[in-house]
Amino acid sequence: MSTDNILVGTAQEPALTPGATSTPPRRWWRRGSLRLRIGLGIVAFFVLMAVVGPFFVGDPNAFHAAILQGPSARFPLGTTNTGQDVFAQLVYGSRGTLEVGFLAAAVATLISILIGIGGGYLGGRTDDALSLLSNVVLVIPALPLIILVSAYLHSKSLLPLIAVIAFTSWAASARVLRAQTLSVRQRDYVLAARASGEKSWRIVLVEILPNELPIVTAQFLFGVIFAILTAAGLAFLGLGNINSITWGSMLYYAQNDEALTVGAWWWFVPPGLCIAILGAGLALANFGLDEVSNPRLRVVSRRRAR
Amino acid sequence: MWYGLRKLGFYVVAAWAAVTLNFLLPRLIPGNPVQVLLAREQGQGPVSPQEAHSLALLLGLGHGNLITQYFQYLGQILRGHFGLSITYFPTPVTTVIAHALPWTLTLVGVSTVLGAVLGVALGTFAGWKRSAWVDGLIPSTTFLTAIPYFWLALVLLYAFGSLIHLFPLNGAYSATLQPAFTGPFIASALYHSVLPAATIVISSVGAWLLGMRNMMVSTLAEDYVVAAEAKGLPKRRVMWGYAARNAVLPSVAGFAISLGFIVSGSIVMEVVFSYPGIGYTLLQAVQNDDYPLMQGIFLIISLAVLGANLLVDMLYGFIDPRTRAAR
Repeated sequence: MSTDNILVGTAQEPALTPGATSTPPRRWWRRGSLRLRIGLGIVAFFVLMAVVGPFFVGDPNAFHAAILQGPSARFPLGTTNTGQDVFAQLVYGSRGTLEVGFLAAAVATLISILIGIGGGYLGGRTDDALSLLSNVVLVIPALPLIILVSAYLHSKSLLPLIAVIAFTSWAASARVLRAQTLSVRQRDYVLAARASGEKSWRIVLVEILPNELPIVTAQFLFGVIFAILTAAGLAFLGLGNINSITWGSMLYYAQNDEALTVGAWWWFVPPGLCIAILGAGLALANFGLDEVSNPRLRVVSRRRAR
Repeated sequence: MWYGLRKLGFYVVAAWAAVTLNFLLPRLIPGNPVQVLLAREQGQGPVSPQEAHSLALLLGLGHGNLITQYFQYLGQILRGHFGLSITYFPTPVTTVIAHALPWTLTLVGVSTVLGAVLGVALGTFAGWKRSAWVDGLIPSTTFLTAIPYFWLALVLLYAFGSLIHLFPLNGAYSATLQPAFTGPFIASALYHSVLPAATIVISSVGAWLLGMRNMMVSTLAEDYVVAAEAKGLPKRRVMWGYAARNAVLPSVAGFAISLGFIVSGSIVMEVVFSYPGIGYTLLQAVQNDDYPLMQGIFLIISLAVLGANLLVDMLYGFIDPRTRAAR
């Protein structure tokens, strides 16, 4: 559904109805960018946490004498059943989690550019085949397939995980990019470039791609959320890279070591909360960008509004 | 008619792709551990020649070249032979799935529809009555959409199962009851499904709400809505009959993506509740290296999702006549 917002944002020009606003528009412009700023702020916070955080916390694997302790001054988020510092794990976990999220989303975005813009620009049989491929990949549920592949691979390392997530999650953005390319390639400047004899790859890279960068960015941000959620779900089932510390593997060990039964909420609440907050940050940044390009979404009080 | 046939054709192709992927996976992934498997199964007890054959084909141990293997595999699938489960040896995979499927279908089906209806209705109102505080609430729905299903399940279970003993901690029905269509059993099943269903509804409602709200905002600026208002039609009629009716189309069209999310989330969520559905069975399969069961489950989930999408696409053709006209 989020993809639809993006389409709306680019396909329709703002039509200002007379008397549509009772408040000065500037306020809503500010609000839109506020949303963007909050979103980017959240993402920046977690990126910072992943990059420099590990230098400031103790060893996440070290065993302390304090077992299953609640939050205290020494352990801000308590300890696990083996006396490991949950806060240190959370900070280290952000690194592993973001790694998977950003890398998998980057690969998926690359594939979607190749297939979406390529197919949309080339048209004809190639487009038919590529868009059939995207639609098929889109309707086959991703996670069961990822689980199956991961179980066969029996791999606990990072690269296969990233590859599997990327190869199952490019389809939705490829479809959005294709739709946009179909409209862009009919525009005058593309026709002019073609008439002047520019090479296809140059038209795609220099004329079309820069024009679709907002969509590519939006799809990338959603790709990060998807990859993080998928990797976490996979880790929770004991698949993927559960030997390294990620928010997903923390939840796996919390579940398997009965954190719920013993009431150790400090163990299983923070990792999931971090995923949700980071995801909300990414989505907010996305909607902020969207609002900047589609003013209609931020005009608040309409004539008919009560 | 043409529209329907084309959609049907697409889903046949998609189903074929899923079945073929299922055939190719064990053969494509290097160093797979399935060679050991057949030996292990035969060591556990008698395997009927029929099922042994299915298993061999499914796991890439068949004889002959790839093409003959492929057609033999298709034949076995069409006849419903998916091999024997290792976890529940010597129960056929189809029997294991048949026991788990109704739970998941009911739970995920009902909660998905509930979440969608609730989200679309709330989104319609949020788009219609735009006020500062409603608009201020909208960003918080992004938080809901980014919550991992299984984590929300953990939190709900902790809050309503452990802290205040309002709902049961696991299972789909009371252990003292036998599955049957009796009053007490259905009541128990409903009682056990409250938290799992709440998990799905809470995590899926945000996406519907947001999509619907944004489309409402765009639709309300259309000329035909303004015209309807100018004619003096009742507000309710303009909201539902003119604006919402058109604004809902992208949400319906985007159902495939949403359903994929929901099904994926629910699979992992079942593990938290030990809900005896497909997801929980899949975990058993993963933990026991039960490849036949995993492949069977992948196939069944794929086919179920494809079926649901076909249904929604048909519905879409019905509510949006333009798709039927388009060639």
